Amino acid sequence: MKAEAIQIQVNGEPHGCKANATVGDLLRELTIKTERVAVELNLEILDRKEFEHRNLKQGDRVEILSFIGGGAPYGAQDGGRGFGHAE
Amino acid sequence: MQNETLIIAGREFRSRLWVGTGKYKDFAETKKAIEASGADVVTVAVRRVNITDRSKENLLDYLDPKKYTILPNTAGCYNVEDAVRYARLARAAGVSDLIKLEVLGDERTLFPDTAGLIEAAKILIKEGFIVLPYTNDDPIVAQKLVDIGCPAVMPLAAPIGSGLGIRNPYNLKIIMEMIKVPIIVDAGVGTASDAALAMELGADAVLMNTAIAGAQEPIAMAEAMKYAVYAGRLAYKAGRIPRKLYATASSPIEGML
Repeated sequence: MKAEAIQIQVNGEPHGCKANATVGDLLRELTIKTERVAVELNLEILDRKEFEHRNLKQGDRVEILSFIGGGAPYGAQDGGRGFGHAE
Repeated sequence: MQNETLIIAGREFRSRLWVGTGKYKDFAETKKAIEASGADVVTVAVRRVNITDRSKENLLDYLDPKKYTILPNTAGCYNVEDAVRYARLARAAGVSDLIKLEVLGDERTLFPDTAGLIEAAKILIKEGFIVLPYTNDDPIVAQKLVDIGCPAVMPLAAPIGSGLGIRNPYNLKIIMEMIKVPIIVDAGVGTASDAALAMELGADAVLMNTAIAGAQEPIAMAEAMKYAVYAGRLAYKAGRIPRKLYATASSPIEGML
């Protein structure tokens, strides 16, 4: 069985991965620990238990989010002293 | 007084000062400031993981979830749909149903969109969230939020990050008297006396971020805020004297020459 490459979007950026890779495979490839992250696949929020069972297909849009420092929104008004991204 | 805990939705909190984790220089400073503040509730935001630079550290590596209640917020959301989406993502990423719900109405003031707030709160409460809403200093909106099931309300003192202090103490006082759930004054505090005033008015807790993180010495300010909240709470419980226009002598007249 040949592993074809597919194109997906991860956090808004194009990303190539193997056909039939799971969300869990993608997180491992990106060295993201599964605890403390939320994953949205085509706008559907996945339960952590589903990560290993959900296969990615061409054109999928994946969002991977985590907690960052925050109290108030920052950026525009305050000179953006905050961190831009989670982790 | 030292052991007087704050209870919200059956959860017990030791500290009446809650702090945000944004705007610090680095995670080490964040951690030290939180420790100096004595807070046991810390707010965090939910954002995209940086997938291009994986060397960056995670805030939660610095905050022991056993020591702190992590309170995710929906900061930056300007409509019901986004706020609900971020709340769901926060629950998926975290461990609890707690959410500090923000639905903002305007970028310049960051004032809450209270109609959107009530709508989003209804949806999330139905989904089992414990919704702590960031709201205006409007007693009627606060009451509506309680009526739909919010176990606490978080009225602002002044716009987020403004440092203007308690702009409408009379409205806040009415909220404290009308509302039978804990009131957490959130946003707008500038310095220790603002926090003390909020507590003297009868607030159950104060939440702040910029006043500490933006101070010249954040860690020292965090400590100042701890004492201010403590002193304000003590003064509230002790019951202040009424204000009078004229003097009342403290020393007896009797025995004078």
